Amino acid sequence: MKNSYGLQKFVSRTSLHIAVVAICFLWTLPTVGVFISSFRDSTAMRTTGWWTALAHPFNFTQWTTQNYGEVMTSNGLGTAFLNTLVVTIPATVIPITVAAFAAYAFAWMNFPGRKFFFALVIGLMVVPLQVALIPMLRLYTTMGLNGTFLGVWLAHTGFGLPMATYLLYNYISQLPRDLLESAYLDGASHFTAFVRLVLPLSLPAIASFGIFQFLWVWNDLLISLVFLGTSSDVAVLTGRLSALVGSRGQDWHLLTAGAFVSMLVPLAVFFSLQRYFVRGLLAGSVKG
Amino acid sequence: MLIEQPTPSYRDAQGRLRSRPLRLLIVLATFLATILGFGWGFGVMRDPTTPRWLVTSIALLIGVLGIWLLFWLANTAVALLPSERWQQRLRAWVFVGPALALLLIYLVYPTLQTIYLSFMDARGDSFVGLDNYAFAVTDKTMRSAFVNNIYWLVGVTVFSVVLGLVIAVMLDRVRYEAFAKSLIFLPMVISFVGASVIWKFIYAYQPPGRPQIGLLNAVVTGLGGQPVGWLIDRQFNTFALIAIMIWLQTGFCMIILSAALKAIPGEIMDAARIDGADEIEIFFYIIIPALKTTIITVGTTVLIAVLKVFDIVYVMTNGQHNTEVIANRMYAEMFRFRNFGHGSALAVILLIAVLPVMIANVRAFRRQGQ
Repeated sequence: MKNSYGLQKFVSRTSLHIAVVAICFLWTLPTVGVFISSFRDSTAMRTTGWWTALAHPFNFTQWTTQNYGEVMTSNGLGTAFLNTLVVTIPATVIPITVAAFAAYAFAWMNFPGRKFFFALVIGLMVVPLQVALIPMLRLYTTMGLNGTFLGVWLAHTGFGLPMATYLLYNYISQLPRDLLESAYLDGASHFTAFVRLVLPLSLPAIASFGIFQFLWVWNDLLISLVFLGTSSDVAVLTGRLSALVGSRGQDWHLLTAGAFVSMLVPLAVFFSLQRYFVRGLLAGSVKG
Repeated sequence: MLIEQPTPSYRDAQGRLRSRPLRLLIVLATFLATILGFGWGFGVMRDPTTPRWLVTSIALLIGVLGIWLLFWLANTAVALLPSERWQQRLRAWVFVGPALALLLIYLVYPTLQTIYLSFMDARGDSFVGLDNYAFAVTDKTMRSAFVNNIYWLVGVTVFSVVLGLVIAVMLDRVRYEAFAKSLIFLPMVISFVGASVIWKFIYAYQPPGRPQIGLLNAVVTGLGGQPVGWLIDRQFNTFALIAIMIWLQTGFCMIILSAALKAIPGEIMDAARIDGADEIEIFFYIIIPALKTTIITVGTTVLIAVLKVFDIVYVMTNGQHNTEVIANRMYAEMFRFRNFGHGSALAVILLIAVLPVMIANVRAFRRQGQ
């Protein structure tokens, strides 16, 4: 009796482990395939599957870093990489700053229409940004903001604000009331209290949302396509890569290397800041 | 005993300079310098002969420091007002004003404008009534876009939530949970474009007889089948695209559901086990009821994300071979065919689709009595 119970348990444990390992394998395989392929020679890529290279992994003549060199220089992914940085860093800092000031005001200041405006922020959270594209594009054209970094920063700021304000409000409004009141009693202005007290205390929330906004902007295609365009001096990685899929659709050595270049920074962020990433997910930082 | 003399200070208790004219001067000077700096910076950035590194550095400087400078300036300017009451009144608007202005410009105004444009013709010149909506529901491509969107909504939501839940429950019982979780939610940080390249490679097709470099066709031919053009064959292509989104979203569902799962008190499950419940019964009679609200929230989030899916279709097939979806068609109408009326009507349809979620959110907020 006891033995058969133990056996049953062993069988169920083993099948559980097999299932888990199989799922992890399946989920990782696509990315691994692209990663391995990006180091393979272009003719080998065209004639054999990437898994055949694994039959003799230590045959170093089959590995090359040429694909990366080619895709970075002659296909303009190097410039696109810089452009993506120029778009992403301010488009992360600006909305967080604007949202943090607003969240502080909603939480700790009194002004007419406070409740109404906060309800507006919540209502705008799920509005699909698609509804804004045509009017904003027309406005940008008349203002000469089309194809400028400033235009894209502000667009990302506008579209990211409702979520940012809501999440930071949730955090900032929960800070201990005594702490802020004693700061005001000591003569601190709202600005000082915000910069010296609230911002440092809200760092976990800011970091969590910051990671999401950063990844969201880095990975965005639609906004950069509409407001920045695809000309090579401003195009970002996603735009260049999708253009590459269109024009060099069969050149897998370039596409795989290009895909990996575009994933490099998000993967680095993911592996180094995973804790904040998960915390942000649980706080609801995902764009609706 | 020497009593220390208070040194005469140029600053008051809040660290500001005592002399109001001096403060005014500093604010004005900083304001002018900011404007000039911005003007110069944008001029240099526009100049095509400027080296890349300079453009990059200037852009980062303006983008990151500029916003703080503007807030500081506005706040200092308000502090210069002679009336204490006006300072009080305006200070809140320094904090919340920029956010509200941006929301009005980038979301409220364009939404209203888009609704207006959806009743106008292609160029937005003359009123056409409901023609654009009639197009949206009668056009042949649009019909298939709606059908495909329903496949997407149901397929991605159901599969990623169910898979996410099952994986969360399974991982809860193994010791290498953290590592396995990382592997499964790693795709979340990959862009839709990057994921599209990854999967296009998996779906790659070579005519029969030639070696298959796409993993899926290699498996199919390895098992003795004929290679399939996964992205061309109308039987499979939409589902091939849906699989990508499931791959991306399952990790998200798993993380959220796993956190909720850990919040279920262990005693409840232990008690059920002692009463003779097996794991399947525990899953259906304890875990699922306990996670009901989380499942609904997660499902809604995925649903909204899927509704707006654009990048995957745009990169993989651009809506050809019967794979069109609303968001991609909207982009095409707007920017390829330049038909603002059609594009706006489709955008409004997306807006109407998320309206229930919007109303539920605002109501939930009102109920909290804030």
